[in-house]
Amino acid sequence: MNTLLDIKNLSVKFPTRFGEFTALDDVSLDVNAGEIHGLVGESGAGKSTVGAAIIGLLQSPGYIADGNIHLSGENLLQLDKDAYHQLRGSRISMIFQDPQTSLNPLLTVSEQLVETIRQHSDIDHDTAREQAIALLKETGLQDVEQRFHDYPHQFSGGMRQRVVIALALCTDPELIIADEPTTALDVSVQKQILALIRELCNKRNVGIILITHDIGVISEITDRVTVLRSGRVVESGATRDVLGKPQEEYTQALMAAVPRLDKKLHRFKNIVAADKQITGDVQWTIEGASAEFAAEWLLSGNADKPLPSPPLIKGGSLTSLRTDVSDEHLVSSLDSDASLSKRRLGRPGGVAFESSPILEVANLNVTFHSERPGWFSKAQGFKALQNINFSMQRGEVLGVVGESGSGKSTLAKVIVGLVDPAAGEMTFNDALLPPGSKRPRQHPARRQIQMVFQDPYSSLNNRQTVEDIIAEPIRFYGLATQRSEVRQLVASVLELVEMPQRAMLKYPHQFSGGQRQRIAVARALVARPEFLICDEPTSALDVSIQAQILNLLKDLQETFGLSILFISHDLAVVRQMADRVIVLRHGELIETADTEAFFAEPGHAYSRQLLRETPDLGLLQAS
Amino acid sequence: MTTLTERFANLRRITRENELVYLFLHNRIAQIAAFVALLCIGGAMLSPWIAPTDPYDIAALDIMDSMLPPMWSAEGDPRFLIGTDDQGRDLFSAILYGTRLSLFVGLLSITFASVLGVSVGLMAGYFGGRFDAIMMRIADVQLSLPAILTALLIDGVARGILPRESHDDLMIVVLTVAIGLSLWVNFARTARASTFVEKNKEYVQASQIMGMHPLRIMLFHILPNIMGPIMVILTVDLAVAILLEATLSFLGVGVPPNQPSLGTLIRIGTEYMFSGEWWIVLFPSGMLITMVIAVNILGDFLRDALNPRLR
Amino acid sequence: MLAVSLIAFSLFRFVGDPIAQMVGQETSIVDQENLRERLGLNDPLTTQFVRFVSNLATGEFGFSYRTRQPVSEMILSRLPATLELGFISLLISLIVGIPAGIYTALKRGGVLANTILITTLAGISVPTFVIGIFLIYLFGVQLGWLPTFGRGETVPIGWWQTSFLTWEGWKSLLLPAITLGIYQLTLTMRLVRAEMQDVLKTDYIKFATARGINYRSLYFNHAFRNTLVPVITIIGLQLGGIIAFSIVTESVFQWPGMGLLFLDSIRYVDIPVMSVYLVLIALMFVIINLTVDILYFMIDPRVRLKSNG
Repeated sequence: MNTLLDIKNLSVKFPTRFGEFTALDDVSLDVNAGEIHGLVGESGAGKSTVGAAIIGLLQSPGYIADGNIHLSGENLLQLDKDAYHQLRGSRISMIFQDPQTSLNPLLTVSEQLVETIRQHSDIDHDTAREQAIALLKETGLQDVEQRFHDYPHQFSGGMRQRVVIALALCTDPELIIADEPTTALDVSVQKQILALIRELCNKRNVGIILITHDIGVISEITDRVTVLRSGRVVESGATRDVLGKPQEEYTQALMAAVPRLDKKLHRFKNIVAADKQITGDVQWTIEGASAEFAAEWLLSGNADKPLPSPPLIKGGSLTSLRTDVSDEHLVSSLDSDASLSKRRLGRPGGVAFESSPILEVANLNVTFHSERPGWFSKAQGFKALQNINFSMQRGEVLGVVGESGSGKSTLAKVIVGLVDPAAGEMTFNDALLPPGSKRPRQHPARRQIQMVFQDPYSSLNNRQTVEDIIAEPIRFYGLATQRSEVRQLVASVLELVEMPQRAMLKYPHQFSGGQRQRIAVARALVARPEFLICDEPTSALDVSIQAQILNLLKDLQETFGLSILFISHDLAVVRQMADRVIVLRHGELIETADTEAFFAEPGHAYSRQLLRETPDLGLLQAS
Repeated sequence: MTTLTERFANLRRITRENELVYLFLHNRIAQIAAFVALLCIGGAMLSPWIAPTDPYDIAALDIMDSMLPPMWSAEGDPRFLIGTDDQGRDLFSAILYGTRLSLFVGLLSITFASVLGVSVGLMAGYFGGRFDAIMMRIADVQLSLPAILTALLIDGVARGILPRESHDDLMIVVLTVAIGLSLWVNFARTARASTFVEKNKEYVQASQIMGMHPLRIMLFHILPNIMGPIMVILTVDLAVAILLEATLSFLGVGVPPNQPSLGTLIRIGTEYMFSGEWWIVLFPSGMLITMVIAVNILGDFLRDALNPRLR
Repeated sequence: MLAVSLIAFSLFRFVGDPIAQMVGQETSIVDQENLRERLGLNDPLTTQFVRFVSNLATGEFGFSYRTRQPVSEMILSRLPATLELGFISLLISLIVGIPAGIYTALKRGGVLANTILITTLAGISVPTFVIGIFLIYLFGVQLGWLPTFGRGETVPIGWWQTSFLTWEGWKSLLLPAITLGIYQLTLTMRLVRAEMQDVLKTDYIKFATARGINYRSLYFNHAFRNTLVPVITIIGLQLGGIIAFSIVTESVFQWPGMGLLFLDSIRYVDIPVMSVYLVLIALMFVIINLTVDILYFMIDPRVRLKSNG
């Protein structure tokens, strides 16, 4: 067994103005030739730092504080700057995450390849050219001869990543560091690229370090894996052992948080404890604020719903609702021993309103016109959605799946009124839902439909305190007016989404992604919606945080009988959340099915392909 | 309930987390620049009280005092710290008053430019469409004309339209409008670009979904978020405005000669430079340069501090 | 272009009364009316505008109110001076500015780079006319090496009076050109530096570094080429800046160019000269923009291929 790369006790530090930050702490790992070694961890684990340290391109002012890196027995840390640069490309190569940005836009593919080849071997231009063409063929690029002199922007994302791989391979390196090589790609392309990496690894006998946050990818192609957390190695070993029978608590928790494709779990269990960044603030509370109070308040407000309690059935207007809340319920909830203390109420009304549709969409079409059509060309519309028909029942969770560009987000935007449909009708709560530009500002649907967005870093206004952010819908919809009342509600809703009440005094940037997403959920919830649209609510989050947010959404859905349109590219997540699934492709709805039936046997060929290409842990866990 | 100490602790934490304050407290150059800028502004504002003489008061001038060198040179007069100009004005007082005028015109025109530019930029960025297209086309055309040319043109046109007798009285207003109109484009473009970015962020979409009024979204949600880049432009363009005023006055199409600004003083000084009266041109230039450099350093500091890419 | 001629026309027509400017106080109302008729000032505005534009197109620029000379002659005699001055100062700003920008971007934090940066801060802070005055005082008054005003001796090539061909001409050109060039130089430098820093942070440069491409090719072939597009835009804008600041420089050095002419026309409210100057400037900007677009087309394959397909 010849060890290609041997890292011993590597520590990397970054001096910052708040003291030194240890990015890597005593990390040891080794890679053999012809082996793919996975490096997995959540954000901040130091995965990419390992790659940068090996290739000697640590971002300044980071430095290697301790440890050794040996490549085929040669100590890399003793090389001088020029010798190290010689090494890059010729013995160690790198594959970057985003093929859109990792190629020089002004040089043709051939120029970049030939330059790299000739940089490291003393051959003439024509020989280098032949090598480059052969290599591109090897990476599965089509029409190599014709496309050889094309510029990067003329290739699709998957094809570009093949060019990137060719560039990394063109000098026959011993070691390749692949940093999230498929994260920016759709699952179908991801599958092909991973297969290519595996194939090249075997054929050329190179060692590969595959850095990724995606445990599915790790389980799919790596031989061995190292799990990192906060710059330390948690567990290391053969992939099958580490992921199948994790020894460490963290790895176990991580594995439990990965949504499974093979069966629906009621909740994610045994997940990683939330970061305790804000403990100590727990004591700070507002009088009378509690999760129970929030829950009761929210339930009392679903005025348009045919709840069994009679007073609210007819008077569905906001005014009657407000008096109701401020006069009776606030007082009563303070006295009552919180009948909601058990937290989970089940779906109020039960089967009774499962039969009535909350949203119906008929023949929906959306066309985007490019803003400035050329001088001579007619305005060409891009059909983002074509003839979409579906209906959603009250209290149902409808999953929407599809690859990028399938129109998932457009669907959400049409419903909330950010985008106007070109044709088609939407019916919400048995009334026609006008398109966005014609929907009055006071339209009840503007309160009843709320949305949780994908990116928690941009969905909260950084210049507002959390209190202002959550209070805004309360005031805007006139759900409460008294300042003390509003504060009580804000604090209570924060409790409900499992945040300390103290959080309301802070600004969004003081929270992590997962915490921000909880605040975003709180903002949506406080409007007392009946219908929630979640557009990729967890795709920007780490898997353990994702599990927490999904659990939260499940709880809220069950407690308040919310109808949720759940959009995700991740089939496994949808499987965990949805009652029914619709599949979109190029703006067309190609399948509607119950979740269980869908995952057992999808009806459409495309759905089957999608399902097949999603990396799965099922096999691994079974063994 | 929050105790006072708790609030104080919270405040201190926020201060530490506030990048800008932190960076400022650790940037000696920016501190010096801020100090100098404050000194200039303070001196200018207080000029009626701290200046030894009133340079606008023609009666107090004595032609016998003209062209006196600074007091430390052989022929200097202890009454005039850094000498006098061609009409016997105390140069030190004239510089203080001139700085006040320059700053006044600069600040006024920059306020004018920023209010106009930011409103246009916000609306263009938020609504897009035809308004955006028209405004940005105008901006493009104007941007290809350098600010000084625009200001000269507006200045020239105003001189043509207004009756000659009122030139002197209205000149400061004309100058302010001319400089303001020549600088609004920067604000409009910056505000538009930032608005465009913010508009597509999800927090704005959340407000739109709620049915919030666009004006409210622009003022309460977008504006606070684009203040960073606007502050940068505000500082940098304040320097530009001061320079523009000085240049126009230097060219003789700026403020009227009976109320000299720094530019006017320098122009007067140039005429006597060849005959060896160097002080008339040197001190006003020095003042102008010091002030502009201080403002520019602050602008650079803000730009670097607010630019996440450079961290 | 049409918009500018419209502005120039309204300037010409509405700003001040052309007749009042042209004739003395003592001219009778009847004479004024006759003149008005003769000049076509009573025709409908559209007719007047069409005539204005067609006059411009045929080089009929009218007469100056102040000197009674044909504007075309006045401008033509001043044009070479301004163009020569602008050309040399652009050259100075590019030849010094671009390398300095690249250097400071690559050696971020180095002593020399920091020195250059601080100097440029002064460069944008010191107004052009103060630089001019300072140079005059130093080289003209104190040292007496270089002339402080005018163009010196010029040699006619056809109607073009050039100062490139005489020693005196070059000496006269030096100070104004430096004065005009310094501000543009600092702008060029700061821009090249900012763009270069941005490009050096991109993934494709990181990837190229990770492939071991030698630094020379990395910086010039990969990085600098990508900064060219914005740099060219700015150079285009700078030409505008040079034209504008030539007004100031020409005023300081009494350089007999178009800028000085324009400044006089503003001072004396000489509308025909002002409007023709404006139209000429607009024409220059159109040409500059066109050149910049063509250069884009040559440099950036994304622009090139989009227009083909």
